[in-house]
Amino acid sequence: MSSRTFPPERRSENPEISSQGSPKRELRGFRTGTEYGRGLRPLSIATLVAVPIALVLVFFYAPIEAEEGFLQKIFYLHVPLAIVTLCGFVIGGLLAIVHLRTRDRKWDLRSYVAIHMGLIFGVGTLITGSIWARGSWGHWWVWSEPTLVSFLIVILLYATYQPLRFAIEDPERQARYASVFAIVAGAFVPMNFLAVRLSTAYLHPRVLGSSSNLPPKMAFTFLVSLVAISLLFATLCSYELTAKRTRMLLKARSRTLGFR
Amino acid sequence: MSDASTDEPVQPAASPERAPRALQARGPGMWATVAALLRKELLVELRTLESVPGMSLFAVTTFVVFHFALNQNTVSGDEAAGILWVTLLFAAMLGVNRLFVADQDQGGFDAFLLAPVDRTAMLLAKALALLAYLAVLELIAVPAFGLLLLAPPLSQTLPDLLLVLVLADIGVAAIGTLVAALAVQTRARDLLGPLLALPLLVPVVIGAARASSPLLVLARAGGHVDPSQVRWLATLALYDLVFGLIAYAVFDFLLED
Repeated sequence: MSSRTFPPERRSENPEISSQGSPKRELRGFRTGTEYGRGLRPLSIATLVAVPIALVLVFFYAPIEAEEGFLQKIFYLHVPLAIVTLCGFVIGGLLAIVHLRTRDRKWDLRSYVAIHMGLIFGVGTLITGSIWARGSWGHWWVWSEPTLVSFLIVILLYATYQPLRFAIEDPERQARYASVFAIVAGAFVPMNFLAVRLSTAYLHPRVLGSSSNLPPKMAFTFLVSLVAISLLFATLCSYELTAKRTRMLLKARSRTLGFR
Repeated sequence: MSDASTDEPVQPAASPERAPRALQARGPGMWATVAALLRKELLVELRTLESVPGMSLFAVTTFVVFHFALNQNTVSGDEAAGILWVTLLFAAMLGVNRLFVADQDQGGFDAFLLAPVDRTAMLLAKALALLAYLAVLELIAVPAFGLLLLAPPLSQTLPDLLLVLVLADIGVAAIGTLVAALAVQTRARDLLGPLLALPLLVPVVIGAARASSPLLVLARAGGHVDPSQVRWLATLALYDLVFGLIAYAVFDFLLED
């Protein structure tokens, strides 16, 4: 990034450029822009490989479960989705802490993307959980399953993240308030699971707790699908970050060039 | 407050007697600030009567609505606990929504930020004020509930119920203050306050309702304490502690402009 590309007399001619974002800073922005996109290709390829492998393992390698039969295969989708969602929320909270400490807006952007993706994966978890509940217990919704209920409460809470965020106009305050929300909600996740689990006498065997004594073939398949879903989450997050970053740069560029 | 100042219009967060102390280099101590802010809050509420009467009236009306909606003259057990806590929670939402509105609209925040005082004092004072509102609300709503809907006599259950009420109120006050401060700066603050607070308060409702439902059954064996009830009270206390600390940790970031 050399200042040679921008002759000094041109910079002094147009004060707007130097006041809004000096060409130097803009170039630096472009560099970070490519940094965002840098990991994208290997990450995408890894996801494109891992997801089909996981699916093949789920359908052809893992044995059919004795009690629930073929339906149990949704376990390999549902549980990783749930784990990745909750991890996304907690990561969003941690990134928000970093944002409040460093006051660097890029951490807020990352926190937003993690929570946004977590919300999408969370809706997927609720849908797959509902299908599983319908198949194995005969109801679309079961109040006696504490994990499902607490998950719904967490999703309801995080569903207010975007309304809160976009109801604040000032961008700096928006980032700050969204971070505060992300921290509070991130701490709420474990508390809520504790309270709901205490409130329900659980009737059903806990799949998550018993995953340690799964048959080795099932455990292996589960681990591979967990990796695949995590990779999918990371890839989608990184795509969203790159897209947001690019859009911001484009906006900054067109502003300096005088477009509206 | 002196007699002369009662004639003046109320100035939120900039009570006249605090100004000289605020000019000192260090500013007043934490508790002096909290006391001054709390007195301001209660004075404003006492003069305007904006929150507490509305909350109490809402609670009593909701009991009447429940009577017709459920088509029952008396309730007990789980049902009674549910009605009581839903009503108290929604009535508390009214207070939460109004908690920071005056400060936002009339410049109370700016005045507070100008004073060289710890910003946490605002959280403590607001939470204590909300706690006081909730106490007055329950002073009216719980007897009204006993009179209108509850089947077992209230006098039996009241001593045990008191502990549940106190623990739940602390949780509601901590979460309510935090959420109110978050929501007041947004465009749709009346909508966002309850939307944010209700999921956050679900654990409080679980704990409070489960702890109070054995107290509200008709044939209650007096004296002995259910072990499950102790567990619920412990959950409530843990929730209060965790979210009290979280509110303390993040509140400063909401007051920086």
